[in-house]
Amino acid sequence: MTYLNSIGEYFLMLKGIFGRMTKGIILKSLIFKEIDQLIIGSLGIVSFISFFIGGVVAIQTALNLNNPLVPKTLIAFAARQSIILEFAPTFISIIMAGKVGSFITSSIGSMRVTEQIDALEIMGVNSLNYLIFPKIIAMLTYPFVIAISMFLGILGAYAAGVGGGFVGSDPFIEGLQSDFNGFHLTYAFIKTFLFAMILATIPAYHGYYMKGGALEVGKASTTAFVWTSVVLIITNYVVTQLLLS
Amino acid sequence: MDQCGSYYHQLRCNPIITQLMIEVKNLHKKFGEEEVLKGIDFVFETGTTNLIIGESGSGKSVLLKSMLGLFTPEEGSIEYDGKAYSTFSDQEKRELRKEIGMLFQGGALFDSMTVEENVMFPLRMFTNSKKRNLRKRVHEVLERVNLEGSGNKFPAEISGGMQKRVAIARAIVNKPKYLFCDEPNSGLDPNTATIIDNLIMELTKEYNITTVVITHDMNSVLEIGENIAFLKDGVLAWKGDKTQVFKTDNQTVTEFVYSSNLFKKVRKAQIQGL
Repeated sequence: MTYLNSIGEYFLMLKGIFGRMTKGIILKSLIFKEIDQLIIGSLGIVSFISFFIGGVVAIQTALNLNNPLVPKTLIAFAARQSIILEFAPTFISIIMAGKVGSFITSSIGSMRVTEQIDALEIMGVNSLNYLIFPKIIAMLTYPFVIAISMFLGILGAYAAGVGGGFVGSDPFIEGLQSDFNGFHLTYAFIKTFLFAMILATIPAYHGYYMKGGALEVGKASTTAFVWTSVVLIITNYVVTQLLLS
Repeated sequence: MDQCGSYYHQLRCNPIITQLMIEVKNLHKKFGEEEVLKGIDFVFETGTTNLIIGESGSGKSVLLKSMLGLFTPEEGSIEYDGKAYSTFSDQEKRELRKEIGMLFQGGALFDSMTVEENVMFPLRMFTNSKKRNLRKRVHEVLERVNLEGSGNKFPAEISGGMQKRVAIARAIVNKPKYLFCDEPNSGLDPNTATIIDNLIMELTKEYNITTVVITHDMNSVLEIGENIAFLKDGVLAWKGDKTQVFKTDNQTVTEFVYSSNLFKKVRKAQIQGL
């Protein structure tokens, strides 16, 4: 019953976000601020993880290719497929649930605790729109982060595979291009778009409706991370079932 | 809509109506089975600092939040200038909220904004003036609360008393008709508390605001208690002003007023004619 209440409350919150809009000029500055905090601020960690995980995927694949009949091009093929289909959109999103999600929950939760949200409401501002709408718009640029992650993941695979002597440069490039299906990219970016909405709204819900003090802000951040991850994984399964099977 | 289009603006434009007040009539509020407000009747007058006093849990904050429209009462009404808040349209509620200034217990300043940006916030939200004009108004108000030169600081960089003054500046920058203060002195030393009290009182007179202050600080009662409502267990147990509060025979009021040792000594001295 509690879960049903929360789900209902979540959808009412979504309705409220698109209710009375904040003044355009203020919204514009808030959106740029959110893009800076949520997207630009995450590029460093996303790039770092993507590059090295891409490298690890290439090494793991190479080390498991014991059969001389299996071509070395498979290293690049496997790296490309795993990075584009799962690693970049899904696992980076789970990492982002920890980084961006916790930030969203704690920043909105702190505003709730210190009555800043009440202050907005009493001034006649639609606090849901003011606080969450810019985050949603900022997260529309999230696919760019995932595109960078895909590129750096494959670059990492190349660096580890070729630099580590597991595969030559030409076979790697050949493997990278073999059996490429453009729809896989479409599928990955459809997922990414849905994940962006989840990443912006579920942590915001946990922050906005939290009750209590500073301790509860921490608890809300943890809960938000858990629920965002759960919803990401379920959405990933459903979208994969719908688009790829 | 023209300036006098809405009900609320008609009141502003009507020269016959001079008294803008808030009237609470037979207000009841329940949370589950527990009745927190049990039929409150009170008139909050214009140009006056109206105090709601009482012990913790007596229903002061619930009354204030009901007046602000954050809680919906089960019974009774809250009338702004003769019209029940429950009958206001959404547009009228928004117009009314623009006329309300609120001073929160902790200040509720936006951490990510400087003092100047905090004070400018209501103006940026609801006016289309040029930034130069907004900045001029903000500096006027900051000067009024003795905070000139602090505009570029962040709330975390200033003292609790200064934060309260910034919050007051933000509350009055739009020239509100109603000012609500939730325990404005909590966490402040006696000197700073007196400064804040006096500032609230001066601004009430200066802008002819209907000010409502929640407090359980007896020093505030002495300083600014022009119209006092004493709540006890959700009931209006007594009403009067700062001179009457120390003379009343009402047992519940005297127990509250003389609960501190300082006031007990004052009372003893009064009785002994010292």
